[in-house]
Amino acid sequence: MSLMIYDFEKPIAELEEKLSELQSLSEKTPETLAEIANLREKLLETKKNIYGNLTAWQRVQLARHIARPRSLDYINAIFTDWTELHGDRKFADDPAVVCGLAHFENIPVAVVGQQKGKDTRENLRRNFGMMHPEGYRKALRIMKLADKFSFPIIVFIDTPGAYPGIGAEERGQAEAIAYNIKEMFTLQVPIIVVIIGEGASGGALGVGLGDVVLMMENAWYCVISPEGCASILWRDRAMAPQSAEALKLTANDLLELKVIDEIIPEPLGGAHRDPEVAFQNVYKALSSHLQRLMQKSVDQLINERFKKYRQIGVFITRQDNSKNFSDKSALSAAAKKDEQSRG
Amino acid sequence: MVWFRKKKYTVLEAPQKKDRIPDGLWHKCENCLNILYKKDFEANFKVCPKCNYHQRLTCWERIDLLIDKGTFVEDNVDIYPADPLGFVDSKPYSQRLEEAQKKTELADAVVTGSGTINGYRVEIAVMDFRFIGGSMGSVVGEKVTRSFEHALEHNLPVIAVCTSGGARMQEGILSLMQMAKTSIAVARLNEARIPYITVLTHPTTAGVMASFASLGDVVIAEPNALIGFAGPRVIQQTINQILPKGFQLSEFVCEHGFIDIVVHRKELKKTLSTLLSFFTKTSPV
Repeated sequence: MSLMIYDFEKPIAELEEKLSELQSLSEKTPETLAEIANLREKLLETKKNIYGNLTAWQRVQLARHIARPRSLDYINAIFTDWTELHGDRKFADDPAVVCGLAHFENIPVAVVGQQKGKDTRENLRRNFGMMHPEGYRKALRIMKLADKFSFPIIVFIDTPGAYPGIGAEERGQAEAIAYNIKEMFTLQVPIIVVIIGEGASGGALGVGLGDVVLMMENAWYCVISPEGCASILWRDRAMAPQSAEALKLTANDLLELKVIDEIIPEPLGGAHRDPEVAFQNVYKALSSHLQRLMQKSVDQLINERFKKYRQIGVFITRQDNSKNFSDKSALSAAAKKDEQSRG
Repeated sequence: MVWFRKKKYTVLEAPQKKDRIPDGLWHKCENCLNILYKKDFEANFKVCPKCNYHQRLTCWERIDLLIDKGTFVEDNVDIYPADPLGFVDSKPYSQRLEEAQKKTELADAVVTGSGTINGYRVEIAVMDFRFIGGSMGSVVGEKVTRSFEHALEHNLPVIAVCTSGGARMQEGILSLMQMAKTSIAVARLNEARIPYITVLTHPTTAGVMASFASLGDVVIAEPNALIGFAGPRVIQQTINQILPKGFQLSEFVCEHGFIDIVVHRKELKKTLSTLLSFFTKTSPV
């Protein structure tokens, strides 16, 4: 297999190599055939063992795999008549995000996808999927177009973050993201967000407000990248595996925290090992959610969107307003006593 | 006999005790290092008269500065932070919270309430940088949102005084979602045509800047405040270039069109009340 593999995948790669060696033998004695069968079983078991017990950091690595399907791969596989529309009509066209119109099961939809490259050259052109303000403004322009003509919106998230550069700051990166979040809330059409790879911080949320948020099994979504968090809190980027664990950024964690609505399963070992299966799974999920959302009235849609985000957050409501911060155990005692309220 | 015999060791004499300078009489400007008479410094709203450096204010000093005496009523006082992820880095998040609460006597990094500004009734949310860098976690998000909702209910103009390093990492994705929650709260203010003014103070960056701080109908900033999305260090590391002078300071951001007015602290209250006079139909109480 020519796929790039990570350290934790080495036992699998070794078995695969042995297997292909045996299979390429021209003369197969009954012993070799038995050996092949044996190896196959062992391979499956090892795969299940490794991929079934991935750590948060291993999932982050899978989410970043260079061969992982990108937004355009999903778009080409799932939609028909894909027509890309360029530019924010204000400043420029940002290649880090692709926007356009397409048909999904004969329904016209608007699509926004953060686009990473497949190789270094494309990555440089796409800025590794890191958007500039003009990217956020382009996305909003297409989403407003969808709003005007009542097209549902489908967003694919895959970014290591909004681009931190001089031009981005000069053109108001923060304002572009804030304005997008605010405006996406008011759109009167269904919005489905699918996190297919990396979902880093405001860079993801800037196009990521949705009625339904779906997440691929090995994607990650968090307020900061594990490296960023490690370098700030641990003062050492090498602590990224620890911070990935602490940040609770995997699909399972986010489902538990009720930030996402559903996990889309991936083929064993990640979407890049069998992209067709990944496309199928995303297609199925989109289809069922879109049908459901399109039956809702605008009021109901916005109302539920409001409720969805209004209730996120965990804090303690304490009735005794004694501000006794000198009591060391105040917080922990209160945490134990009082009900941790959600929203 | 040796005339000048070398002493075997040098004896240092204890320095004579000088008259003690009483504590708290002088203040050293953090920026230009000039020594200032503290009373003058405080009379100048903690702005250095020599270099115009606006020293950070605590939320209570800010409320004193902006809100008419005796009119401030704090709300949302029953909300306290939790540790939803059980986050531990060099120390547990719960311990960080306890230390910050002890140091600042605040529940979290924002205080909300209502009061009057030169007679105009407003709802105000004031952030405090001392509390874990003014970072926004669930409590800041919730209190800001409730404060905006209170304004919506009582038809009050809203002022948000921001100072923050961004979202609170220790609450992971939940802190990111507070950006959505607060921005949606602003969308609802817009819908109801309730005036919303933000005041950006040093520093306002990342998660807070990329949500409710950017979204004011009028955006005011104090001079020389660091305002932006990514921190200067991150940008420098990414692009590997020296950043231009004044990059991401209020005046720079104003020049690029993302701030309406840069206002000196001593003019801030007056500017706010003038703005309020345009937006509110009722005359001051």
